[in-house]
Amino acid sequence: MHHTAISLIELGAVFFGLGVLGRLAWKIGISPIPLYLVGGLAFGAGGLIPLEGIEPFTEIAGEIGVVLLLLLLGLEYSAAELVTGLRRSWLAGILDIVLNTLPGVAVALMLGWGPVGALAMAGVTYISSSGIIAKVLGDLGRLGNRETPVVLSILVFEDLAMAIYLPILTALLAGATLLGGLTAVGVALIAITVVLVIALRFGRFVSMVVDSPEPEVFLLRVLGAALLVAGIASQLQVSAAVGAFLLGIAISGSTAENATKLLEPLRDLFAAMFFVVFGLNTDPREIPPVLGFAVALAVITTLTKVATGWFAARHQGIGRMGRARAGAALVARGEFSIVIAGLAVGTGAVDPQLAPLATAYVLLMAILGPIAARVVEPVAMAVQRRVRPATA
Amino acid sequence: MNVEVTPLPGIGTRQDFVSKSGRRIGVITYRDGHFDLIVAKREDPDSCIASIPLSVEESATLANLLGAPSLVAQLEEQNRDVAGVTTRQLPLAPNSPYDGRTLGDTALRTRTAVSVVAVVRGGTVHPSPRPDFRLAGSDMLVTVGTAEGLSKAVEVLETG
Repeated sequence: MHHTAISLIELGAVFFGLGVLGRLAWKIGISPIPLYLVGGLAFGAGGLIPLEGIEPFTEIAGEIGVVLLLLLLGLEYSAAELVTGLRRSWLAGILDIVLNTLPGVAVALMLGWGPVGALAMAGVTYISSSGIIAKVLGDLGRLGNRETPVVLSILVFEDLAMAIYLPILTALLAGATLLGGLTAVGVALIAITVVLVIALRFGRFVSMVVDSPEPEVFLLRVLGAALLVAGIASQLQVSAAVGAFLLGIAISGSTAENATKLLEPLRDLFAAMFFVVFGLNTDPREIPPVLGFAVALAVITTLTKVATGWFAARHQGIGRMGRARAGAALVARGEFSIVIAGLAVGTGAVDPQLAPLATAYVLLMAILGPIAARVVEPVAMAVQRRVRPATA
Repeated sequence: MNVEVTPLPGIGTRQDFVSKSGRRIGVITYRDGHFDLIVAKREDPDSCIASIPLSVEESATLANLLGAPSLVAQLEEQNRDVAGVTTRQLPLAPNSPYDGRTLGDTALRTRTAVSVVAVVRGGTVHPSPRPDFRLAGSDMLVTVGTAEGLSKAVEVLETG
């Protein structure tokens, strides 16, 4: 068979297979991300059916997937929302950082992955999946609940934390010294401040550059701008993802809404490729040795996220049941944990075991998160019933 | 009335208040413009027992149902100091002789000394309608006058 024909057939099979998996995921009420990862594991090295010849396409498609994931994350919240979120939830946000990075750090150090590996694992266990959480809250009709703004403002805070964290991680992965790392922190902080000021004061000018009434012109401009910024950022060692994220924050108002609508299907396509590529590059035979750690991390970081949500909701005067709901809603980890793991493994600066550990961890958390959000009410009520007679 | 406005980052805004009976009710306005009507649970006011998606048209209809009495109440409040003046909303039946004719044709002002201060139709309030305002069946006429004049006005609207 002709080379192109084989590539097209392989790609078609991959996309179609992902479509079937995605449908299955929404049907049983979980996020499709874990199934995409499983799909990648099945196709890749050591999997059931090794795919060959389409790597050049899937690699670059995966990269574009990361850029689009972060661009849309930036578009999701306006600069004003980010600033208010920061002001309102910084205390809970800091608790979130402390509680949810430490388990990752501890496991990385136990496995002897050194400080850079520890930093990468900190990000993997810290960042909640805003995609999964927003979907679950909408599906369960909880957007009108009093604890929901608390959950959302923690997600906003995590986004800002990512904007500082990613450049630092990128610098350290590139082998920077302590001084280099500190420079990266400084550069990142300055870049975020500049972008926030631009977005708050001159957001419409940034929007004007990309905006167009013609959908296809608009799509090409936004996508072009995102890839340009991401590429330049990557060349400057600030990580392509952060460049796209900051561009997303700078685009505001109706332009941001229209861009989101246009880019969403594109992001879903390329992000699916990214998860598959990550799965492809992970050898499923390497998962069993780290599975114990993944399960331990899953249990601990479920509890730490619940504690974070509980604290944040109590701080805003929410009742016990609402606190439990806020905590359970935050449990899901997903796309961004894999983005961080992909970044770390891609440079070869961390232990290659990080990929199977992150895969197993995200597989567990992306499934556990939506389930936790669903069962929290009956569980909390059962606990209450059991506790009440004892105290009465 | 104290309406609480809460931004929902990435989604829209929530506006709600607590009713006298202790129920939190409100509206979520999404960025794309559609609404959710939310009603809190009695036993857990933090959460919602219902969150009902409404199209723009449906929310206008709901606003009409709830809005007309509130307009009357408002006028009632304003006219409280004027002795003997009452505010009432009079429906125009679809088979009324004035269905499709102008407000001037009713000659309400001359015949009953009643003023039509607003007409509520399909979710919108048309304030201070002019004599050439064309009435339609199911319109709600918000009127001000004496008790005697108002009951006469009801008759006029029904029988011509």
